[in-house]
Amino acid sequence: MDNAVTANKKWWSGGSSPFNVSYGKLMMWYFLISDAFTFGALLIAYGTQRFMAEAWPDPNVVFHSFPFMGHADLPLVFVSLMTFILIMSSVTMVLAVNAGKYMDKQSVVKWLSWTIVGGIMFLGCQAWEWMHLHEVGAWWGQNPFPNADGTAPISTNFTDFFFTITGFHGLHVTSGVILNIIVLVNVLKGTYERRGHYEMVEKVGLYWHFVDLVWVFVFTCFYLL
Amino acid sequence: MAHTHNASDRQASIKSIWRTFWILLIVTMVEVGLAFLHLYTGFPGKLLLNSVFIGLTVVKAFYIVAEFMHLGHEIKNLIWTILMPLLLFIWFIIAFLADGDSWKHMRRNSPSAPLPAEKVAPAHGGGNHH
Repeated sequence: MDNAVTANKKWWSGGSSPFNVSYGKLMMWYFLISDAFTFGALLIAYGTQRFMAEAWPDPNVVFHSFPFMGHADLPLVFVSLMTFILIMSSVTMVLAVNAGKYMDKQSVVKWLSWTIVGGIMFLGCQAWEWMHLHEVGAWWGQNPFPNADGTAPISTNFTDFFFTITGFHGLHVTSGVILNIIVLVNVLKGTYERRGHYEMVEKVGLYWHFVDLVWVFVFTCFYLL
Repeated sequence: MAHTHNASDRQASIKSIWRTFWILLIVTMVEVGLAFLHLYTGFPGKLLLNSVFIGLTVVKAFYIVAEFMHLGHEIKNLIWTILMPLLLFIWFIIAFLADGDSWKHMRRNSPSAPLPAEKVAPAHGGGNHH
């Protein structure tokens, strides 16, 4: 890892990582590739069903509510707020990673804590959205939403995929928050200070950004398209 | 990765983090703005709008991976190891969406084909309920 990167270095002749990263970080990347395929498979299955369907609900009609705003028609506003929270928590995460590179324990604690707060806020928003949709009759196997062309719903594919994919993403956010809390405890205990580097923060950071990345695609596929 | 602990480097890296944040935020706001524009005026058309959405999604994905996940600053060996497998997605998307579309047309054009069960059942309790 400490090898200076020079243009004509022989990466594959042994003696150092040909990827110039530690084993742990490389394995996190490999895990994220496999996870990307899992999410990709789910989203492509959703796309296939949508291409097969004669009609599909209009996201601007389905997702139009905001907490405490009653029946106000506010398409996209709530999910935009959720997107903003997740992007913001990605920023605080990368600031924590950056502080770790400079062995600045106090800043790592500050930014990692904000990241955890952001993750919990996102999960709270998602819980509210699920509860709201459940109240209006949507759940796995139940689709109350008429199609965009005005016809009655013909299948439950829309809600099945919505709850499965956002649920799987929410599960990732949950485990990300748990990992962040574990790492925060270790930071506070001085584990990484003694180890001499904050690479563990980088590794959970990669995972956290991946969760944000998946949300970017979920946001487009379910709320925009 | 080289351990250059100096304050001006740190300032520069923090500045570039916030720059990425603004790019992501503005792109998202443009997306939502276009969605509203379409909602109220019908412009841009659905096909153009969706193409723009997908293009902007790829832009956001690029910035998250390249800057936040730092992949843009790693060596080429690592970048290609990670990106090459993901190229399979290009084929997956084309193949599966085309398959879905062709299934729809097949169903439409052959009235003798049995209707899928979901078509007859009302949406409430379709399939999953006993």
